[in-house]
Amino acid sequence: MTAAARRIWGLMYRHLALYRSSWPRLLELAYWPVLGMCIWGFTATFLTGRLGTGAAIAASALLGGVLLWEVCLRSQMGMAISFLEEMWSRNLGHVFVSPLRPWELVAALIAMSFIRMVIGVAPAILLAWVFYAFNLFALGPILVLFFVNLMTMGWWVALGVVSLILRHGAGAEPLAWSVLFGLAPFSAVFYPVAVLPAALQPVALALPSAHVFEGMRGVLTDGIVQWNHLLWAFGLNLVWLGLATLLFARQFRQARIRGALLSIGE
Amino acid sequence: MVANVIEVEGLTKRYGDVLAVDGIGFVAEAGATVGLLGGNGAGKTTTIAMLLGLLLPTSGSIRVLGHDMLRDRFAALARMNFSSPYVSLPHRLTVRENLRVYGHLYNVRDTGARIAELTRELDLEPLLDRPAGQLSAGQKTRVALAKSLINRPELLLLDEPTASLDPDTGDLVRTWLERYRAETGCAILLASHNMAEVERLCSHVLMLKQGRVVDRGSPPDLLARYGRDDMEQVFLDIARDRRTSREPEPAA
Repeated sequence: MTAAARRIWGLMYRHLALYRSSWPRLLELAYWPVLGMCIWGFTATFLTGRLGTGAAIAASALLGGVLLWEVCLRSQMGMAISFLEEMWSRNLGHVFVSPLRPWELVAALIAMSFIRMVIGVAPAILLAWVFYAFNLFALGPILVLFFVNLMTMGWWVALGVVSLILRHGAGAEPLAWSVLFGLAPFSAVFYPVAVLPAALQPVALALPSAHVFEGMRGVLTDGIVQWNHLLWAFGLNLVWLGLATLLFARQFRQARIRGALLSIGE
Repeated sequence: MVANVIEVEGLTKRYGDVLAVDGIGFVAEAGATVGLLGGNGAGKTTTIAMLLGLLLPTSGSIRVLGHDMLRDRFAALARMNFSSPYVSLPHRLTVRENLRVYGHLYNVRDTGARIAELTRELDLEPLLDRPAGQLSAGQKTRVALAKSLINRPELLLLDEPTASLDPDTGDLVRTWLERYRAETGCAILLASHNMAEVERLCSHVLMLKQGRVVDRGSPPDLLARYGRDDMEQVFLDIARDRRTSREPEPAA
């Protein structure tokens, strides 16, 4: 293992050890996705029973939207909260004076975000399949690309949140939970972008998530993979990820100038 | 190992109108223990933070183990370490898990053997599987010291290393630090308010006041110049501007 890989693993080990010794933390990872799936699953069942076959396709789009949105949300929260765990334990001083490079810190946070997302979303996917007869994997191999795009979006949003925490300290903590919900209305999770007022549609189309969900509906309703939407999602993710990386690098440097790394979390 | 482990020149840190550190300079050789003394707000923590790369200076230069800390800090950080009772280790992780984390972060070969060695020498074996958050203040300080030694550092920055320790454990830690320094040639930069500790451990002392080095020298040299019997009196002379140094202050 190279020195860089070992440092990344060191930070991951710190978080994995935390989860190994705390089953409530593990349970909490899956709690909200499972609860959300229960609520929307029963809603979908009710609509299908009342409105017949036509509603079944809408119900599939609804459940697919719920699950894929959780992929994005859990990726974002997984990364931001892993950073907050370091802050809450007042351990950042030790981490930042170790040879761990900032990009290695981000890599470890991304790896932890992936693990947390899988632990959180897998039970909800299983629940949807067993109780509501919705198999997310029926979307086919394209599902992998949907996942990649939504995870990437979660990561750049989290990188933005971490940057704001570096800038504003503990006061920016609530953003770790709330910021992605602010993007949900523009992400077209449950409805097409066309439903939004014309003035808001460009906002939606600037988000990779809107293109992923348009693509998901295309596969579920028409069985067609809309590659243009996927290309837009990848392109937009690259741009946003680049901007978030620049913001992080700038705020990290500013934190070193202001001395914020000494007092962050207080 | 390079002869001068720390080389600081014209180090200045300004926060707006506040000058926290004002053009200080010093050298720490291999095997030396340099004490940073001064009242609260004198600039000790700010100086240590700049040496660790946590804080960027407004001006001046810092070389640690031959590396420019403004350009190449990671090469030096791998060979140095830090301990402070004011920076915690994750509370829910056991002592063993915490030391493993830092063994990985510092790329220590055979981390298990190093942890066994350190915990034996610092009498931490009975605590290995206890969460760090459940330890007493003194035990936490010893664990933090073990963390700071995990990579066999060539430079150790210690902020009040024996705060919260009872006299017996404090003495054990000082003895251990003296032995480690003698065996490895490690340089130590020590910020402490324990003047007996400073007299015992430090080969050179920098007296800081309002961000400036106002005096410096070995403890015996300072005691002789101020005509005092202990460093606490020297500290008070400087802090309260009742200085009676019999020689002119050496140039910074």
